[in-house]
Amino acid sequence: MLEVKNLTFKVDADGVEKSIINNVSFVIPDNKLVCVTGPNGGGKSTLARLIMGIEKPSSGQIIFNGVDVTNKTITERAKLGMGFAFQQPIRFKGLQVLDLIRLAKGENINVTRACEYLAAVGLCARDYIDREVNSSLSGGELKRIEIATLLAKSSALSIFDEPEAGIDLWSFQNLIEVFRNMRKNIKDSSILIISHQERILNISDEIIVIKNGEIAEKGAKEDILPRLIGTNAAVSTCRKLA
Amino acid sequence: MKELDVIQKRLLEEVADLHGVPAGAYNIRANGEAAGRVSTANIEIVPKENGTGIDIHIKAGTKNESVHIPVVMTKSGLKEVVYNDFYVGEDADVLIVAGCGIDNCGKQDSEHDGIHRFFVEKNAKVKYVEKHYGSGEGEGKRILNPGTEVYMKEGSTMEMEMVQIKGVDDTNRITTAELAKEAKLIVRERLMTHGKQNAISTYEVKLNGEGSKADVVSRSVAKDNSYQKFDAKLVGNAACSGHTECDSIIMGNGNILAVPGLEANNVDAALVHEAAIGKIAGDQIIKLMTLGLNEAEAEEQIINGFLK
Repeated sequence: MLEVKNLTFKVDADGVEKSIINNVSFVIPDNKLVCVTGPNGGGKSTLARLIMGIEKPSSGQIIFNGVDVTNKTITERAKLGMGFAFQQPIRFKGLQVLDLIRLAKGENINVTRACEYLAAVGLCARDYIDREVNSSLSGGELKRIEIATLLAKSSALSIFDEPEAGIDLWSFQNLIEVFRNMRKNIKDSSILIISHQERILNISDEIIVIKNGEIAEKGAKEDILPRLIGTNAAVSTCRKLA
Repeated sequence: MKELDVIQKRLLEEVADLHGVPAGAYNIRANGEAAGRVSTANIEIVPKENGTGIDIHIKAGTKNESVHIPVVMTKSGLKEVVYNDFYVGEDADVLIVAGCGIDNCGKQDSEHDGIHRFFVEKNAKVKYVEKHYGSGEGEGKRILNPGTEVYMKEGSTMEMEMVQIKGVDDTNRITTAELAKEAKLIVRERLMTHGKQNAISTYEVKLNGEGSKADVVSRSVAKDNSYQKFDAKLVGNAACSGHTECDSIIMGNGNILAVPGLEANNVDAALVHEAAIGKIAGDQIIKLMTLGLNEAEAEEQIINGFLK
């Protein structure tokens, strides 16, 4: 379970203090899939990065499974069971896909097992397992590999920052399946997804709408989603592509 | 064969992946003396008359055979210059593994300067692997100055893998090559320096024949207070294609100088140089930290991958 209490993140913009996240509180219970949506620039990605420890909050508290992680490092949070899929996956010269999956898994699993994670994100494992995670891979390929590393990590809380960005229509359905399987396969885990996509919002249990760094709305999907459809917080796949 | 001691055996493993007597032809040099030499029906190893090195004759048409010529030094204060000449016959396809390991526990500098010349005949293929390694806690430096000259006839191919990852204090490596028509040279250099080490690597590749190709790629890491200079020059004297690349990571007070050099003397020479030097990207470290590695572990993984 993740508890975010009165979280605030301020930056100095040309001598003026600006709140990117302002007094945000919410809870993600175990076994729940929660989506955070809202307009661009509203602070969604920052919120995700604060939870993972990539950014440090100005004030407030983050409690993860009963442990106050507010001042813990990224590494410590990862070891406590958090996982993070970047909006723009990082490239590495030399490191191979297999290396990354093994590091995520935390053990030297054999190639066959590593391939299962690639197959789960719709990549032909044989063609990718030895590839370097460098600029020879397309944005969409990197994105799927990023998601495969999160599957391998099998975290108690998996955070996805705009997982659909750069993914084509075919793999979109695949992505939805990935989230469904994660819920099924990782016991007592929860998932936090930053997304505008109606189809992703549609598989969530709860939706939090972040606007101007604050929670504009939160509640069960059934209550929130109908009000969002047609706004920038929930675009259909075709509209986004157009 | 002269019995090698434990340290010499460990050095052999490091530089030539050898755990015992190699298959095929070999010449093992330990502390300035021959410790073992075997020729085969197709590969003959002959000591030079003046005692300065060996000649390796590989018969035309020799396929899938290997030659190992590792050097190990464990005596402090030993300095030597060795000349080894390789004559690779037409259509041969061979693997040549050289390499030098120095263990210096003493106060005096130990130095091995190996000058290798390769005469590669028509359509021959050579894969050449050269690893350098230093160990020992002595104040004396471990110095390696390899010189490599490659002469490639029509249609020949040479692939060179040069690796120096640890423990060599001072290196001045000079590699020159001349390529005839349709000859192809591929170089993959991997270098890591630490402490106060110095490493200079200079290439001059002359693409003399029509359709000749060269691809020289160096990946290096300079840590602590070490210094590296990568000086790669391609000379296009015909309709040819050449590419050099220097890709480096600096850490601590490391210092790297990359000197690109392209000289085109023919309107159809297509030459490209790329160079990039920078520290490890912060977001790479953050990504690996989200997988549970600490900062030092993340750096190690990134460097290991980079130099793989």
